[in-house]
Amino acid sequence: MEISFYLIQLLNGIQYGFLLFLMASGLTLIFGIMGIINLAHGAFYMIGAYLCYWLTGITGNLFTGILLAIPVSILFGYAVERLAISYLYQRDHLYQVLLTYALILIANELQSIFWGNDVHSVPIPELLRGSIQLTANQAYPVYRLFISGACITLAVAMYWVIQKTRLGMTIRAGASNREMVQALGININWLFAIVFSLGATLAAFAGMLAAPVNSVYPGIGDNILIISFVVVVIGGIGSIKGAFIGALLIGLADTFGKVLLPDMASMVVYALMAAVLFWRPQGLFGKV
Amino acid sequence: MSDQKKPGISRRDIIKGGAAAAGLVTASSLIPTRFAIGNTAKVKVGILLPYTGTYAKLGSNIKDALQLRINEAGGKLGGREVEYINIDSEASPPKAPELTNKLLKKEQVDFLIGPVHSVVGMAMVKLARNADVIAVIPNAGANGLTGSLCAPNIFRTSFSSYQPGFPGGTAMLEDGHKNVVLMYWNYGFGKETAAAFKESFLAGGGNIVREIPTPFPKVEFQAYLTEVAALKPDAVFTFYAGGGAVKFVKDYAAAGLHKNIPLYGAGFLTEGVTGAQGEAAEGVRTTLHYADTLDLPANIRFREAFLKATGSQADVYAVQGYDAGDLLVQGMAAVEGDVRAKAEMIKAMESATIDSPRGKFTFSKAHNPIQDIYLREVVNGQNQVIRTVQKAVEDPAEGCKMG
Repeated sequence: MEISFYLIQLLNGIQYGFLLFLMASGLTLIFGIMGIINLAHGAFYMIGAYLCYWLTGITGNLFTGILLAIPVSILFGYAVERLAISYLYQRDHLYQVLLTYALILIANELQSIFWGNDVHSVPIPELLRGSIQLTANQAYPVYRLFISGACITLAVAMYWVIQKTRLGMTIRAGASNREMVQALGININWLFAIVFSLGATLAAFAGMLAAPVNSVYPGIGDNILIISFVVVVIGGIGSIKGAFIGALLIGLADTFGKVLLPDMASMVVYALMAAVLFWRPQGLFGKV
Repeated sequence: MSDQKKPGISRRDIIKGGAAAAGLVTASSLIPTRFAIGNTAKVKVGILLPYTGTYAKLGSNIKDALQLRINEAGGKLGGREVEYINIDSEASPPKAPELTNKLLKKEQVDFLIGPVHSVVGMAMVKLARNADVIAVIPNAGANGLTGSLCAPNIFRTSFSSYQPGFPGGTAMLEDGHKNVVLMYWNYGFGKETAAAFKESFLAGGGNIVREIPTPFPKVEFQAYLTEVAALKPDAVFTFYAGGGAVKFVKDYAAAGLHKNIPLYGAGFLTEGVTGAQGEAAEGVRTTLHYADTLDLPANIRFREAFLKATGSQADVYAVQGYDAGDLLVQGMAAVEGDVRAKAEMIKAMESATIDSPRGKFTFSKAHNPIQDIYLREVVNGQNQVIRTVQKAVEDPAEGCKMG
């Protein structure tokens, strides 16, 4: 194999890493910062993908579709937090597992009722439809590069909000000591509702952006749940920087695992996770 | 097959054993007895299909088409009303034994229809083959279901994974592709399809440049596509289905591979998903026992009826469900609704000719269809038949000790 082959694989790996960060970003907020075991993460992703398919179909353009789908996701996330999750903050993790698992079942059923069980595709806007020729046989779709750009923007924005703004500071404070923040006169219920809603929206947003590449079909969210948890755990719970680095590591490990160790391709990611946890049980950037 | 010994049955058995010559006369004289046995009760048809998850569409199409066929026959089987008992299999192998038992033991169904997923099929057939029931598999393609697990009361109206795979190799050689990359989802069905493909392809002088099994059910193909581009084969043969097939075909085209390296596959690659694949699917060639555009009266009639009944277009899964329905209609007609006449009904079913939308077919000794395999190409979003690659393809039914 020539050197260009490995360079393209490197590109594949980085690009896949960005996509993984996008998928896991919502979970870094809800699981990483708020500490809620959110199995419904994939369900939010799936709802985002279907909303995108539906609204893009109505408006005829992916961007307007996504712009309309985002407020719907925010409201949906908010409603789920108020009606369900908010009752369980004081409870054991097991209750959260049960509740969010139920949410998966409900979301899948609703999807089946509203949108049916067909496989759908979402058209890529004219502007991003092209591809760049890399070798005689292979081209690189522009839309994938666009997703990578969106991921970097999102990562920077999240980092900035959580680390540098007042809202971010309150969120971090609320996560580490709920009662104290409350005692200081901050409406913690409102705060948690916002964070959860944001996290759900990020998951849905990932589904929207990935919809044109992945196509939209029942069960689409199930596949991303576990890998999202892996990203958050490798990166260190609560760390956005960690999730970003973790996602890139997994993307590269997965891609080169497929190329160099094809027989163990599906194991490489988990071996990496085991190795990281052995070396740093708190994850790459997690606090002890 | 332990029939409960009631007077009517034992008398029937005696007659069956003794008076073969006077068969017709005896049979007609038996009708009153049969009606006495239980025509008042409804025939129970248990359906174990997925209605949620990736295979949900397959499940509902099979069920709708099955009921369509029975409704066309007056909504009755052998003159008796039908009661359907539907269970969502969720295409979940761990749940399969429990759900199968629920239909067999609790509901005491007369017929068991299902499933879609091959591993669920394994669990279902292991229980059903020893039970007092006739099972009809309307999809699950694992070779073993009519191979080592074959049994007199197990029928399949779909295909074995061998059937689209083996002619795939022949078709590619005929099209002049000698150096081929073989890619497939690395699980039972993908492996069986790949093995059958290799059997004919290697025997015909083909060369497999590289075999790339990819983790199931993952859909991240980018690294593999880069590998294909670097290997520069004449063509690629694949097995992917459902959402994975959509993603694969779109990624393949987005990577620009389709321009220089034609894409082939077992028919599921472009079955029921060409709408979602859009332009990316144009020119993809696949081998299967059915094509939407087959110009057969039975197919045209069926597609119209299905569209009218359900509001959606039929596909190969619907065809398989429809034929499962036809098999029940024929079997029950032969015994005039007496489900306890199992041996007689099985005899009628295994010698039945199904006038299927895919073309007429009969059953092998292992109870799998003996059917023609077509090479199709996607043209304007539809699978057009290019040619019949192989007529009357019969699964070798390895390990089947029946017949």
